[in-house]
Amino acid sequence: MSIVETNILIVGGGPAGMAAALAASSKTDASVTLVDDNPRLGGQIWRAELGKTKSEDAANLIAAIDSKKIDLVTNAQVFAASTPNTLKAETSTGAVEFQYEKLILATGARERFLPFPGWTLPGVFGAGGLQALVKGGLKVENKRIVVAGTGPLLLVVAESLKSKGARVLAIAEQTPASKLNKFGLSLWRYPSKVKQGIALKARILDIPYLTDTWVTHCTSPRVSKGETRTLNDSPLLTRRLSHLGSVTLSQKGKLRSIDCDYLAIGFHLIPNTELASILGCQITNSFVSVDEFQQTTCENVFCAGEPTGIGGVEASLVEGKIAGFAATGQFEEARNLFRQREKTRRFGEALNKTFALRDELKTLADSETLVCRCEDVSFGPLKSFDSWRTAKLQTRCGMGPCQGRICGAATEFLFAWTVGAARPPIFPVKLENL
Amino acid sequence: MPAITINKTLISVEPGTTVAVAILNAGVDHFRTSVSGSERGPLCGMGICFECRVTINGITNLRSCTLLAENGMEVTTSEPPA
Ligand SMILES: Cc1cc2nc3c(=O)[nH]c(=O)nc-3n(C[C@H](O)[C@H](O)[C@H](O)COP(=O)(O)OP(=O)(O)OC[C@H]3O[C@@H](n4cnc5c(N)ncnc54)[C@H](O)[C@@H]3O)c2cc1C
Ligand code: FES
Repeated sequence: MSIVETNILIVGGGPAGMAAALAASSKTDASVTLVDDNPRLGGQIWRAELGKTKSEDAANLIAAIDSKKIDLVTNAQVFAASTPNTLKAETSTGAVEFQYEKLILATGARERFLPFPGWTLPGVFGAGGLQALVKGGLKVENKRIVVAGTGPLLLVVAESLKSKGARVLAIAEQTPASKLNKFGLSLWRYPSKVKQGIALKARILDIPYLTDTWVTHCTSPRVSKGETRTLNDSPLLTRRLSHLGSVTLSQKGKLRSIDCDYLAIGFHLIPNTELASILGCQITNSFVSVDEFQQTTCENVFCAGEPTGIGGVEASLVEGKIAGFAATGQFEEARNLFRQREKTRRFGEALNKTFALRDELKTLADSETLVCRCEDVSFGPLKSFDSWRTAKLQTRCGMGPCQGRICGAATEFLFAWTVGAARPPIFPVKLENL
Repeated sequence: MPAITINKTLISVEPGTTVAVAILNAGVDHFRTSVSGSERGPLCGMGICFECRVTINGITNLRSCTLLAENGMEVTTSEPPA
């Protein structure tokens, strides 16, 4: 196992982590190490676009990271905390132990998924997930795609799919129009958001934007068991037995089915707090608690970006800067950003209120609908339990490789269960790296 | 351009492509078979859901959405249920 010693360790190479690294390294005597589990930096919003990004902010940030003395460790998944001030990561070449003085967690968020009949069919992707695959080179030309769920990410995803030649048939947003209008009106405080929003909408005016609308179920074209479908002569395609064929939407009480190749679905974001949790940081209402300098309840551990609240890229950037400054004792510089942070947080709150999930979404799963995709646990048996813990012990719900990252968030919404503290390793790792 | 085999068929891919993208671009959307036999493909695209697991060079259960395709890789997706 190799050992890396550093003054400041940052986990997460998204906007928050990169901003934190730059702020920390502006005090030249601190050594700064930035770790991320993906092959490239950029986080969810800029990943894979590095070097060819259209965003000026991203380009500047990346250039600045390159020009500073920041040690980058990519493809490294942090999975455990061992002795105090030490984290362990798994890389393709073995385990690495990071020894730090100050730690900044910038682990971002993931999408929330909710179960409905057919959601496990191949061809059903997360909205951000499909976006990530497309950024990584997935060809979607002429594919018929329905984008559904909730939140502004749906618009971003629809636009990018369209720009790659996909036929986006509809955007289904569960929020009613009245709530969206109210949100739109409240945006006058954020002129840059309004500008971005208008430019984005203008590029997708031809895509029906259906409000008060959600997916009730989706189905596969009828294929009898054992039959294989050959779509052309490629031998690869004969393995395909079941896949997405159509999506049914409930639109203001009326059902309507749309034939499509892909469904991109996402119900807003939830924070990645597992690492903070195993370090013993306090977590309140699913988010990591921080003080005004982004410090958690653990000494020497800071947290920035989406684990502290879902507020979009600006919020992540400003929190990252504050954490980077504070972790290196540059308190004045940190304090100068408090007002800016306040503004981005207010935006985040408005966002979360507007796109809050409606109760009808709790009724979509039938008793056979799988909730835990790793262990194939369906909705029926889960209904009889009164807590995540007992359900887990009796059914193995949440015990598979994803360790409840998908079904935990779903059961939080469906049954109001509280998902307990994470346990190391927070990701499955090879025995020899433990 | 790197070339990889997917279910024994040789495919060339753009440099920088993840294995999951290479598999999907080849027209395969069944990556693994679940414990009770249903077909699964990628969901989250970001290493969280473990639905995109495949076998690469004999190593099973690798999340294909987090790995870049490298020349000579042999990738196998799950056999369809009998
Ligand atoms: C799938 C997805 C797609 C999105 N796409 C867009 C988009 O196109 N446009 C947009 O405006 N917003 C998008 N968002 C919203 C986006 O999350 C924020 O706008 C922004 O990226 C948040 O920045 P962050 O730095 O807080 O977190 P992130 O950008 O999420 O960065 C966190 C980083 O930490 C890494 N990480 C987490 N845990 C570990 C660990 N244990 N070990 C090592 N590394 C770890 C993650 O892989 C990630 O690279 C997307 C969100 C998701 C979930
Ligand atoms: S698609 Fe979710 S882990 Fe790869």
